Amino acid sequence: MSTTPIINPNDPEKDYSILNLGPTHPATHGIFQNVLTMDGEMIVKAEPTVGYIHRAFEKLAEHRPYAQITPITDRLNYCSSPINNMGWHMTVEKLINCEVPKRAQYLRVIIMELSRIADHIVCDTVIAVDSGAMTGFLYLFQWREKIYEIFEEICGARLTTNIGRIGGMDKDFNEKAWNKLTAFLKEFPKALKEFDALVTRNRIFVDRTVNCGPITAERALAYGFTGSNLRAAGVDYDVRVAAPYSSYEDFEFTVPVGTTGDTYDRYAVRMAEMWESMSIIQQAIDKLPSGPIHADVPEFYLPAKELVYSSMEALIYHFKIVMGETDIPVGEVYHAVEGGNGELGFYLVSDGGRTPYRLHFRRPCFIYYQAYPEMISGGMLSDAILTMSSMNVIAGELDA
Amino acid sequence: MTTQELHDFVLSNSENISSSIVTSYVDRDFPCFEVKKENILEVMKHFKESTELSFGFLTTCCAMHFPEQGDKEFGMVYHLHNMQANTRIRVKTFFPKSDLKISSLVSLWPSANWMERQEFDFFGVQFQGHPDLRRILNMDEMNYFPMRKEYPLEDAGRDDKQDKYFGR
Repeated sequence: MSTTPIINPNDPEKDYSILNLGPTHPATHGIFQNVLTMDGEMIVKAEPTVGYIHRAFEKLAEHRPYAQITPITDRLNYCSSPINNMGWHMTVEKLINCEVPKRAQYLRVIIMELSRIADHIVCDTVIAVDSGAMTGFLYLFQWREKIYEIFEEICGARLTTNIGRIGGMDKDFNEKAWNKLTAFLKEFPKALKEFDALVTRNRIFVDRTVNCGPITAERALAYGFTGSNLRAAGVDYDVRVAAPYSSYEDFEFTVPVGTTGDTYDRYAVRMAEMWESMSIIQQAIDKLPSGPIHADVPEFYLPAKELVYSSMEALIYHFKIVMGETDIPVGEVYHAVEGGNGELGFYLVSDGGRTPYRLHFRRPCFIYYQAYPEMISGGMLSDAILTMSSMNVIAGELDA
Repeated sequence: MTTQELHDFVLSNSENISSSIVTSYVDRDFPCFEVKKENILEVMKHFKESTELSFGFLTTCCAMHFPEQGDKEFGMVYHLHNMQANTRIRVKTFFPKSDLKISSLVSLWPSANWMERQEFDFFGVQFQGHPDLRRILNMDEMNYFPMRKEYPLEDAGRDDKQDKYFGR
């Protein structure tokens, strides 16, 4: 239960056993390996190994035109790909000094908040499953499916969305997407309330999660925590508030914070954030301005297909974009968005070529996962499983 | 505070380390400080612990490779964040390929541990004083540093994907 073990992992008197948790274990949602030194059922020391699904995204990005990097970002935190896509578009827009019209910004906010809800549904229901509450998971998880159906109407894809374009959105929402979104906003609160009633005050769940894998605010900051995990430890840092992007300054929302940084607080912060996201989506729909959905940047934004077939200029721009021949300004930018599990940053260095000279992803869970051994040592094995699922570590983002 | 004001504020509160700062400028929304590699730990300690500046959060760090730049072939870029004042700065340092040793920042930020292991893994930067400098994402047996510019992404024998066909 405590994060400061009074035990010595090298104690010659003790006969510790070694347990290989992972790489493929049904209880660790993703490919994570931890070599645990165990004293009975208590963890003395943990040694994580990462990199099992490393795909060299930073190297790949140095060889692809800017528009082709969006699908790479899909595969970072694949539980909330649209946020990654938007983060990348905004990074390039910052480099080329492009102001996106309000309507596109609001549409982006709706998409990003929907995917934040999807991300938090995964995390919170999985915490419930790992503590033995299968029913809540079954009830709430179908709503992730409904969100994917909305994405499908918007962009044609569900998980790896490649949604939006540099300079705005690729197309406006269609009638079906609006209908599905309205139905979602009407029905989802009931489901979330039901899940809340089943789990949040459940005696067994509270007993299992309170004081399980806690971390103090000081340690969390030292370990580079961001996002819900940092807020659960009591630091009210949210990129949407600290450095508003895509018109987040137009919306009223609160930043929920916890106190102890344990599994229960991480769960509760995410539950509260889902309600805030619902409110932001509603505000964005109510205030949605009319107007164009993309900026006037023909060198970067693909022209409509009919124009490519009928207009010379559109054909030229189409060719230049597809072949990556547009002139990109030389320079470097850092842009961060509030991803599903923390501050997702893009550090882009451009030398004016068709591809980035260097692109570095600040992947939040790669940085905070290094605190995991400290958080679980001294605790029980079953608490380690809960701690990992409550940290929302996504293998795709961890290994890039 | 505008970015220029922040830049001037940081400089005016860094007189004790001013000899370590090679150059400084404002790049879009970031004040950038290029510092001497030998003094990186001292400079970062000042940025972190000085009461006026208190950039207490290491957002990210990454290595860079510019094969044509001679003495500035390799570089490290750090992004620091002061969460209370909500200000950010960028700190850079450059060094030649013959001298890839640089002080580790793990003593200041535990979060630098894996970030530095990652840059060692991909660029071969030798962090001095790092508690556990091993490869992290690639396999331990690997004998080269894949993010350096001389390593091609694909089979170097392919001739259908040369950069000249794509306007680079």
